[in-house]
Amino acid sequence: MTILQILIVAAAALFWGLVMRERGRKHFLLNASVLVIFWLQPALPLRGFDFWIPLATLTITVFSWFITAAEESRREKKNWGVIAILAGTVLLLNLTRFLPFDSILTPSRPPQPLTLLLILAFSGFIFLLVTRLTRFSAALLATGIIGLIVIFLAIKIPALAYWISYGIRSLTDQSLTEAKAIDLRWLGFSYVAFRIIHTLRDRQMGRLPAVDLAEYVTYVIFFPAFTAGPIDRIERFIKDLRKPSTLGNDELLIASQRFMLGLFKKFVVADALALIALNDTNALQVRSTGWLWILLYAYAFQIYFDFSGYTDIAIGISKFLGIQLPENFSAPYLKPNLTQFWNNWHMTLTQWFRAYFFNPVTRWLRSWNTPWPAPVMIALTQIATMLLIGFWHGVTWNFALWGLWHGVGLFIHNRWSDMAKVRAGEWATTPFRKFFLNMSGVVITFNFVALGWIFFALSSTSTSMQVFLKLFEMR
Amino acid sequence: MKTINIILKGFLLFIIVNVVFAILQPRVGNFSAYNVIFPGRERLPFGENSAKAYNLSLFDLDAMFASHEINGDNKQADEFRVILIGDSSVWGTLLKPEETLAGQLNSADFSVCAKSIRVYNLGYPTISLTKDVLLLSHAMKYQPDLIIWLTTLEAFPLEKQTASPLVANNQETLLRLATRYGLKVDANDPAFIRDSFWDSTIIGKQRALADVLRLQLYGVMWAATGIDQTYPTDYQKAQTDLEADQKFHKFEPPVMDENLLALNVLEAGMNMAGDIAVLIVNEPMLISTGINSDIRYNFFYPRWAYDQYRSMMSELSLKNNWTYTDLWDAVPASEFTNSAIHLTPAGEAFLAEKIKPIIEGICK
Repeated sequence: MTILQILIVAAAALFWGLVMRERGRKHFLLNASVLVIFWLQPALPLRGFDFWIPLATLTITVFSWFITAAEESRREKKNWGVIAILAGTVLLLNLTRFLPFDSILTPSRPPQPLTLLLILAFSGFIFLLVTRLTRFSAALLATGIIGLIVIFLAIKIPALAYWISYGIRSLTDQSLTEAKAIDLRWLGFSYVAFRIIHTLRDRQMGRLPAVDLAEYVTYVIFFPAFTAGPIDRIERFIKDLRKPSTLGNDELLIASQRFMLGLFKKFVVADALALIALNDTNALQVRSTGWLWILLYAYAFQIYFDFSGYTDIAIGISKFLGIQLPENFSAPYLKPNLTQFWNNWHMTLTQWFRAYFFNPVTRWLRSWNTPWPAPVMIALTQIATMLLIGFWHGVTWNFALWGLWHGVGLFIHNRWSDMAKVRAGEWATTPFRKFFLNMSGVVITFNFVALGWIFFALSSTSTSMQVFLKLFEMR
Repeated sequence: MKTINIILKGFLLFIIVNVVFAILQPRVGNFSAYNVIFPGRERLPFGENSAKAYNLSLFDLDAMFASHEINGDNKQADEFRVILIGDSSVWGTLLKPEETLAGQLNSADFSVCAKSIRVYNLGYPTISLTKDVLLLSHAMKYQPDLIIWLTTLEAFPLEKQTASPLVANNQETLLRLATRYGLKVDANDPAFIRDSFWDSTIIGKQRALADVLRLQLYGVMWAATGIDQTYPTDYQKAQTDLEADQKFHKFEPPVMDENLLALNVLEAGMNMAGDIAVLIVNEPMLISTGINSDIRYNFFYPRWAYDQYRSMMSELSLKNNWTYTDLWDAVPASEFTNSAIHLTPAGEAFLAEKIKPIIEGICK
């Protein structure tokens, strides 16, 4: 998001929070979120796709509600009314193609209304069929989860994304030589998919609260958190949504401070550090080991300030609207070990993986008649979890290595702390020794994390290895 | 009320700080991390692709010079300090710092008057005599023993004088130079960018301040990589097939009107140098042998205009007793890169070989 986009979104939220307050708040949140997903979607070279992709986000979200909602809820008029509002909003956006000037709400001129009408009619028909012909079933939910993972892989595996783009281009008579993996840049899908999977899985487990369509869509595409999280839980989100918004002086002050802090972190600190942060180009240009470490540290801080800045912005804007989003960062670089780092870095993502992968897999492994030894289980689950977190960022070798680096690191820390806990406790008997121990942990953890960022910052494995070796003067 | 109070106090403080800044006009460019944390740059900051060149163009002369190595080197008793001023050919477009004329002269490692030669590159990539004088005015505080001023006819037309953004953004300095050295400056020239009171506040100067800050940050990359420009390998070579066009700016054959050339700027520069030795060099240029090369020497110059310019410079130097050398054809055509004045490393070596004995002769 650009600073202008953020300021516009914040101004709209502040206006509603201060002036309109409770009046039409839910409608505002729903419609603003719909508009924002179209508005923020980057322009794509595939004709019409920067309109179809946000529409697909919306359709997937509505469909997910249909397969999670109770049967009586599906038939409720108010939910069909929401569908009509959503369709109307999309249609209005589409009609901006006839404006004499370029639409500011879509990245490029929207496609023909007839095509949209056909898609909307087809989607409505499918929703109707689902309502009439299906009952709640775990299999349907599992199909939904698999479907989301398939889309996720399709857009995150560069080779697959390239071939899909190639296929779309050949079907639509567009230049095949121009096909690129980034042709399918689907803004916010990683977050949308994880929010929806959370609802599908919770529905399977019988934990999903009853929510109407408007609440569900607002939760999934909530505009302040659409592009960069945090990944809220639906039961917590709707509690705030249903509560009357009371933006008093204290809340306003706290929200404004948080918002301003976010802007400063992102647009001053992170953007400044971006000029000197490690990247594919400068990694091979640096002449000395010392400067290479500085570039790596700059990257470590840039990614932290960038991401936590966006989180602060999202939390601040949400607070204007009476929604308290969960925290995503809590001084992660000041944590004395890797486990604590991961409990304080992108917390909502790690909590998601803990809830929907790590814990279930661990429980499953433990339930075996002859379970594996604990260290093997820990190694397996931690490495697998971190690999998946790596793949969440992109299905490439470097993200896999980054995940592996952290998975192995977590396992080593787990074993080490088991072995050294007692001895460390016996040794650290004075405040200075405790401080020393803590600081050593912070320094080691930070450097471990920073070294891991090499795989994250660079796109090629060979360059990453070259940087690694150069940092330790081995080449 | 608490919130309103905080907002009001914050706003008031913001206004006060801005007004104080606009009144005091602090010269923030003088505060530099170069020569303290990072090594000074070997040439003045200039860059059109900051992300790749780790360099940027800014118009704050204080910041530009503060980032240069000349600002960090205290002149030693045994140093013979030479500064080079001129256009992009001196700055060294497509050349690494060590390949430029300054770099080649420094690596020649020679002495004059029993002092070691130390050459500083103060060239800047826009062609204008006024821009050269502007930079010279700042460079004088670094106590040069010799100023080498490389120039070419393209720097002389009056309309070129304020076309350089560096000149357009430094009107006040130029007006001071006008008073002191007799430089003719039209204060009402529309090319000048004048600061209103609003423009002088922190908000008004946000771009300039951000540029100064970015220059400091790029110090990390300069120190880490030694890169200060991009080096494309597939650039377009200088044009050798030329238009059959006799015009040079507003000038048409057969005679160039000297009143439309900034000869006064050259004189002001010489006044500014005072007792310090100045060597004016008519810089080498590409002499084309392609289509219409009987009409034009190269993209810049029709033959008639350039020939007149060379005669004019010789006469002017003789009349004013200036040290002048005409090296217009000193470099073979094969040693030019993407412009009729940009040299290859070998071309710069040719030039350095020509200039070195002249420098050595200065002391005699």
